[in-house]
Amino acid sequence: MSTLVLLTITGLGLGAMYFLVASGLSLIYGLMGVLNFAHGALITVGAYASWWFGEQLGGGFGVRLLVGGALGILTGAVVAALIELVLVRPLYRRPVEQVLVTVGLALALGALVQGIWGADTKPILIPDWMFDTTSVFGANVPNDRFLEIGIAAAVLVGLTAFLRYTRFGLVIRAGVENRAMVTALGIDVRRAFTIVFALGGALAALAGVLSGVYFNGIDPARGTSLLIFAFIVVVIGGFGSIGGSAIAAVAVALIQQYANYYASSGTGDLAVVLLLAAVLLVRPGGLAPKVAH
Amino acid sequence: MSAALTVEGLHVHLGESHVLQGISFEVPSGGVTALLGRNGVGKTTTLRALMGLVPRSRGAITLEGSDVTRLPTHAVVRRGVGYVPEDRDVFAGLTVEENLRLAERDSEPNYALVHDLFPELRQRAGQRAGTLSGGQQQMVAIARALLNRNRVLLVDEPTKGLAPLLVTDVAAALQRAAELTTILLVEQNLPVVQRLASDVVVLDAGRVVHAGPASELLDDPEHIRRLLGVHGGGH
Repeated sequence: MSTLVLLTITGLGLGAMYFLVASGLSLIYGLMGVLNFAHGALITVGAYASWWFGEQLGGGFGVRLLVGGALGILTGAVVAALIELVLVRPLYRRPVEQVLVTVGLALALGALVQGIWGADTKPILIPDWMFDTTSVFGANVPNDRFLEIGIAAAVLVGLTAFLRYTRFGLVIRAGVENRAMVTALGIDVRRAFTIVFALGGALAALAGVLSGVYFNGIDPARGTSLLIFAFIVVVIGGFGSIGGSAIAAVAVALIQQYANYYASSGTGDLAVVLLLAAVLLVRPGGLAPKVAH
Repeated sequence: MSAALTVEGLHVHLGESHVLQGISFEVPSGGVTALLGRNGVGKTTTLRALMGLVPRSRGAITLEGSDVTRLPTHAVVRRGVGYVPEDRDVFAGLTVEENLRLAERDSEPNYALVHDLFPELRQRAGQRAGTLSGGQQQMVAIARALLNRNRVLLVDEPTKGLAPLLVTDVAAALQRAAELTTILLVEQNLPVVQRLASDVVVLDAGRVVHAGPASELLDDPEHIRRLLGVHGGGH
């Protein structure tokens, strides 16, 4: 019983990161039709910016994580907005070139980070209370898992409220359905594009910061590995659906954890691919296709 | 009478097709101008080109004297061009109230007019637009355009696929809207055209083949048969 609880909570922590990456990816594709392969690089940018700012700030571990993390998230948002304005915007209606640019950017940013800080894992210093454990039904669960789950839940609630109750959210939800008709109502949808890209970048950077806590360190390849599963989450959840992404992220992470433990190590990834195949066969549009909510 | 909208030598290519081949016409200020023609002659493409929803290869579009040819769609709309698309294009996942709220451009949107014309929309404010009937969706599509003050309203086949009773309602709504703004109407239903239009423009194979007062065309069954390929009814 305690093993199952530990696996479940650890899986939810991993799912939290998948959700943070996938939600931005999903909104960007749903609204703009852009398959952003550079999204993984934004995870890396967020993680390294957070670590670098933390190093410059000094002070206690908690302050470093909090302030460094906030600056890392801001960096992710700014870099994402610049990517949209400078590289993606001139290529709307040219999807092949968009893919080439975002793939190239992903490789370039990864290489840049590795060139500056090396390929070795950088340890992330976190407060002692995060290393401590809390007993849940006999399982000793590291406290950082609750932090990751709590932040992802808050993001889910915040994003849902943003989409449902703000004018901009309304524009995004409508744009996911029919972008041309939004412009035909007199709305400059390009502003929404930049904001969604920046939002996606901030969420990816947040995932990067939390991945440093979850894995006790950061490395240049982390973004790419998280991105692969985030793409699977987006396809399963349905492009443009935040709720679908949340459900799919939890499902993918839990299946991965259970399969790795109860079958054998490494079968988790295979199980996720089988889940993806099953969803594509039964429900090709994903759990909640093409409606942002 | 001055022109609300002037189109000069407008060409549109869609893929390999040269859909509009240099059309020119004027929409006089006030009243309804009907854009007529057989299926596939370029009527919907004309409205989409005026909106900037399809790329325009050549030509000029002038709105009350201002050149709007190169403006993006949202800027054309902000200059005062409303649009009711052929397939309604309501946002299915949004409620009726959200569909209308999204369309608000004016500081004081005219909900009084919309609710007067379509009282049903007030009752269905919280219902998702995707669950409405075709007629109710058409009401939402027209209401979105009527919320704002328009210089010109482009309306594409508003009665398409509607039951006869709803056709009458939609025609009455457009008649009321025509008292407030100039309308360029694409419509296949000739009795509706006869009821609403003061002027007509007829397209054939991407070219304007007739333009003038509606009565000139609609009172002459032979003219209707030759230009539109249908038998004209009486008033």
